[in-house]
Amino acid sequence: MIRKIVYGVFILIIIAAIAIFMSNYKFGVDKMDVGKYYLDNTVPQTGAANVVTSVTLFYRGFDTLGEVTVLFTAALGVAVLYFMGENKRKQKLQESNFVTKIGTRVVFPFILLTGAYIFMHGHLTPGGGFQGGALIATGFLLLYLAYEETSIDRKKFYLVEGLGGLTYVIIGLLGFFMKGSFLANVLPNGTLFDLLSGGIMLPIYIGVGLKVGSELSNIIDDLMCEVKCEEAGGEE
Amino acid sequence: MIFYISALLIIGIGIYALIIKKNLIKIIIGLDLIETGINLLIVSIGYVNGKTAPIFSKDVMNASLMVDPVPQALTLTSIVIGASELALAAAFVVLLYRKYGTLDIRKIRSLRW
Repeated sequence: MIRKIVYGVFILIIIAAIAIFMSNYKFGVDKMDVGKYYLDNTVPQTGAANVVTSVTLFYRGFDTLGEVTVLFTAALGVAVLYFMGENKRKQKLQESNFVTKIGTRVVFPFILLTGAYIFMHGHLTPGGGFQGGALIATGFLLLYLAYEETSIDRKKFYLVEGLGGLTYVIIGLLGFFMKGSFLANVLPNGTLFDLLSGGIMLPIYIGVGLKVGSELSNIIDDLMCEVKCEEAGGEE
Repeated sequence: MIFYISALLIIGIGIYALIIKKNLIKIIIGLDLIETGINLLIVSIGYVNGKTAPIFSKDVMNASLMVDPVPQALTLTSIVIGASELALAAAFVVLLYRKYGTLDIRKIRSLRW
């Protein structure tokens, strides 16, 4: 009981500290500093309609490369942790019902299509490679939930993942050799609101979308392996 | 203002789950709640009264009508990091369950405190 009160006071102190700090930043007041520059210069400099995408991929492109690396490391870590374990028990799964099976069959291609649409239009509409990739992975998750015998081809997914990451780095290096700085814009900006606009953002987000989609699918495969794998894994 | 209050509330619930709950899955949920609260806080700092999302469209071509894009871009990064962190945490929990056969941190010897 005493412990709970102490913890409660502790939580209240943390929340109060954040609240006092936040009272310096009034809600709804214009606090823009560097954001002003991005808003004014995005269209002439990058040709992208979505300012958030231009900040993540163009002005802070190197940061996003690090973010992709973090995601890759996490997927790798999950895979390593799963194949490290020794006693992999096989559990009886409850078979999914008719509606799930038929519904998955109907919806799956549309999920993939929506994912591809989202990551290809990242520079024009809300969305981008990470969101589109996550959507594609949910399609594979649905497939796993509906059909017990589903097993994705790991080799091909690793290949897609590697190619996606490679696209990003190669575009960055192209900028380095042609314009003198890593991830410089080497492609023409095009006209605003066209699909083929925004310079390097479209190829980078296609690469990131494929990479994130296959990476998250691999994580799902690892997690589902816990209940589905027939024999002890480890041949990967 | 309601966004600040709800973000702080979510962070508080997350910290509560993190330190009071004994089940590892609930602790992970607490971790995710903290992250969600922080994301909401960051995005609501960038909000400006009466302005729209920082995306140019045929209706909104005036940059002075848009909110700050930087917090939104940073939140995008933070969400991805949070998802990968969640996946890793789940993997650790599965390993612990395999080794000890329980999710209760009072029964896992090396995690007792």
